[in-house]
Amino acid sequence: MYDVIIIGAGIIGTFIGRELSKYRLKIALLDKENDIANGTTKANTAIIHAGYDAKEGSNMAKYNVKGNKMFDRVCEELGIDFKRIGSLVLAFNDEDINTLNELYNRGIKNGVTGLEILDRKQTLDLEPNINGDVKVALYAPTCGIIDPWNLAIALAENAIENGMDLFLRTKVHNILRKNDVYTIYAGEKTFEGKYIINCSGLYADKISAMVENPKYELSPRRGQYFILDKKEGKLFNSVIFQCPSKMGKGVVVTPTIHGNVIIGPNAEDIDDREGYETTYLGLNEVKEKANMTSRKINFNETIKLFSGIRAEPSTGDFIIKESENTRGFINVAGIKSPGLSSAPAIAEEVVKIVNKLEGGLKSNLNFNPNRKKIINFEKLSDHQKNEIIKSNFKYGNIVCRCENVTEGEIVDCINRNAGATTVDGVKKRVRPGSGRCQGGFCLPKVMEILARELNCEIDEVLKNNKGSYILTGRTTKGDNYEDL
Amino acid sequence: MITMKIYDVVIIGGGPAGLAAAFEAKKYGAKEVLIIERNEELGGILQQCIHNGFGIHQFREELTGPEYAERFINKVKKANIECMLNTMVLGINKDKVITIISKNEGYISIKGKAIILSMGCRERTREALMIPGTRPSGIFTAGTAQRFINIEGYMVGKKVFILGSGDIGLIMARRLTLEGAEVVGVAEILPYSCGLNRNIEQCLKDFDIPLLLQHTVIEVKGRERLEGVVVVEVDDKKKPLYKTKEFYKCDTLLLSVGLIPENELSIQVGVEIDGRTKGPIVNESMETSVDGVFACGNVVHVHDLVDYVTDEGRLAGKGAIRYLNNLFNKANKGDYITTECGKGVKYIIPQRLRMEHLNEWVMLHLRTDKNYDDVEIQIVIQGDIIKTIKKSKLSPSEMIRLRIPSDLIVNREIDNIKVEINERS
Amino acid sequence: MEDIIIVCTSCPLGCKISIEKCDSGYKVIGNNCRRGEVYVIEELTNPKRIVTSTVKINKSSISRLPVRTDKPISKEKIFDCINEINKVEICAPVNIEDIIISNILGTNANLVASRSMKKTVRD
Repeated sequence: MYDVIIIGAGIIGTFIGRELSKYRLKIALLDKENDIANGTTKANTAIIHAGYDAKEGSNMAKYNVKGNKMFDRVCEELGIDFKRIGSLVLAFNDEDINTLNELYNRGIKNGVTGLEILDRKQTLDLEPNINGDVKVALYAPTCGIIDPWNLAIALAENAIENGMDLFLRTKVHNILRKNDVYTIYAGEKTFEGKYIINCSGLYADKISAMVENPKYELSPRRGQYFILDKKEGKLFNSVIFQCPSKMGKGVVVTPTIHGNVIIGPNAEDIDDREGYETTYLGLNEVKEKANMTSRKINFNETIKLFSGIRAEPSTGDFIIKESENTRGFINVAGIKSPGLSSAPAIAEEVVKIVNKLEGGLKSNLNFNPNRKKIINFEKLSDHQKNEIIKSNFKYGNIVCRCENVTEGEIVDCINRNAGATTVDGVKKRVRPGSGRCQGGFCLPKVMEILARELNCEIDEVLKNNKGSYILTGRTTKGDNYEDL
Repeated sequence: MITMKIYDVVIIGGGPAGLAAAFEAKKYGAKEVLIIERNEELGGILQQCIHNGFGIHQFREELTGPEYAERFINKVKKANIECMLNTMVLGINKDKVITIISKNEGYISIKGKAIILSMGCRERTREALMIPGTRPSGIFTAGTAQRFINIEGYMVGKKVFILGSGDIGLIMARRLTLEGAEVVGVAEILPYSCGLNRNIEQCLKDFDIPLLLQHTVIEVKGRERLEGVVVVEVDDKKKPLYKTKEFYKCDTLLLSVGLIPENELSIQVGVEIDGRTKGPIVNESMETSVDGVFACGNVVHVHDLVDYVTDEGRLAGKGAIRYLNNLFNKANKGDYITTECGKGVKYIIPQRLRMEHLNEWVMLHLRTDKNYDDVEIQIVIQGDIIKTIKKSKLSPSEMIRLRIPSDLIVNREIDNIKVEINERS
Repeated sequence: MEDIIIVCTSCPLGCKISIEKCDSGYKVIGNNCRRGEVYVIEELTNPKRIVTSTVKINKSSISRLPVRTDKPISKEKIFDCINEINKVEICAPVNIEDIIISNILGTNANLVASRSMKKTVRD
């Protein structure tokens, strides 16, 4: 019997899991996917917002501003890169300038620090490659960039080290409640628990409906993106927004934490919660809007197109509370943007709710906030590189030549407690195949390593979920030979 | 402090270009020659090109890729040229210090008095083409699929659509068919194929595989594994004619849509890149804009025949020796004439010629911008047509080699030599 | 009889050669060399191809050995030839041009190794 069962291993679920693992609780984290962070967390703009966007008094404003301040510490503890590169909102006309002033004032009310309105020259000094028609810009130094999926993976790993159980490929079919105990039927298993935390992203309303008539609905909203080669990575220095206007919210152009450039998203309401495709029209919209920010964006250097889907709540704001009718069922739903930025503060709030339900929580005295160290080979000194190759020759074998990823790093990411089991899982964690050749050279090698470490055949290695097989068997048919 | 090992010539990449360059450098007097190869063996991409058709010009035989490679590997081994396998070059600086990494050597630096870049090329991806749709498994570049099938011995799919009629795509159409897969079609956005005629005949027509000219893939469908592709006809400006949309059911999409020279290292060392070839600008000796750094093979421009890659490698190897022997007068570094792409010419290699270093003739390599019938290739110096070659057929897929006698150029006060394609008069 | 256009594949030039049956044999136009003439006549009467594939090899660092027929074989026999190739499994070491199947399907062509492979012990 678990104390807490968390449904959904995205950034919210993993943050909550890790936060709760600081207390003496038996926790399970369930997800239907083959890996952590396979939904909204995998595909978004990867920004930690400053917090001037959301209306004052809203959950979004409250948790964003609070959450933003919490990233330095958690990233330090978990060994995740996080850079506060600052953001700019560009104004090109009088209407924009009015909006900018509103944003500034709202930011002050929300408690955002360091906000400044820059004139044209100051703006262009900061960002020489943007459209020279810019008039003024709102500067927010606290805005940052991060790798959200690796943060989620790190949180899960750390929570597991501190006692949490993780169950992937475990889709929740039904939930029953009897004598204050929940029974969850998921995958082939059943789980019993005192409290359920529903942070199942795009499916939170469906999970809610298993226990009660939900008070909210979610609708999928898709955004499409471009990622450019690292060659273009120096084009911009900060996160650059456009002013929200009648024409819509505008697109973001920003360096990524890995040194690429990301451009997007547009916003489309769609019907399919799994409609992760890009479209000609959507991409074109992003491209055209981005040209407003800068005409120097070289889309010919695109190395990846993708789309992300966020859950748009019917209430218009984050839903973070215990259900009114069903005790111990906590909804954390409708976590659209700025959900990533708010995640640490949301997790704290959820702990408060659980604390109240339990009538006080006891600290986990063995809690270790630090995660088992990750070796990022590229970042070591020359001496350290030599030392590590001497101790483990696999660090001397470069598998991905676009991103310079070593075999040592790949093996490490597979053999962790929430390790990669698929090609996409490896790519998410240590980036082979994320470069300009998109895995053309390293895919066979990554598959070979996965097969070896997971003790399976190469043609059993999957790209992502069940059904995403890559190879269809040996070339020679009807064979029954053995490897000697 | 360990002293850094210094080599006369360091060759980066042990494919056909690097092998030829290394052998030539050794043959003409370099003592310490080193080949650095990232794979577990020499030969480069030839090792996975198991089909025949290599070596017609070099050996007057039709060899397979591995056979062609083995002949050069044997020569390199006999010449006692040092090879570092499973070794990756991470960087080169202006002093020609090369940072390498391998399981055996660790992370070390070595120095080449001369460096020859022969890293080859990589394939254009789906993302570079910006084909929208889902992101399922089952989408491969043709070369990756070739490696899986010919080296690893695994099939990539059962029902295959191929986008692009480059040679690797055509070769793979046959290979997949022989291994029991069904190739449902090959789409080419241009009105003509980018592959060699013989490959259209022997790889498609022999197996009744349809070639859809002026067609392209506009969408990829399928959640986990590829379920099919949407194919349309395009007009002369390559714009899709959406009314012609057709769905092809398939579990695999192979892309053979062009190769890009791999010049990340070249750029790092400061080599000037030609926007047309995406490779280094080179002179008659295959020297780049950086003194003592040479380049050859597909890193310079994408070849259709390995035989010519070998020739280029030899030229670079010889060039490196001339450089080491101080035969290049550095004072006159800026003293060269350029080769200019006239009407109808997409690019010319080499881009620069230094008069004092020309042999009796110089070989110009060029490609046309499109197909031509019954035309003349004209070599023009200062408005004078100095040579005319009649051609009944020219195609961008087939590299043209023009051998120009040097006495037409030297001892003349000229800035450039132009090649253009004209209607037959 | 109409003349037939055949693309010569003797070399990568790919000449388009027209061939027409006449009293004295065949009338061949458009070839740039002697090989072109031989090729089109054969292509019309008995088309042949070199077959290349791989066979499973054990005790080597790579698990597939590339192979080829040392002579072209009749086009019709390509798939039968592949079936024969697929039955073979060998062990390293192998030298280039070693015969893997002699006189494959009675075609007079041998299937030969198209590279050498050393014997290695896998870890």
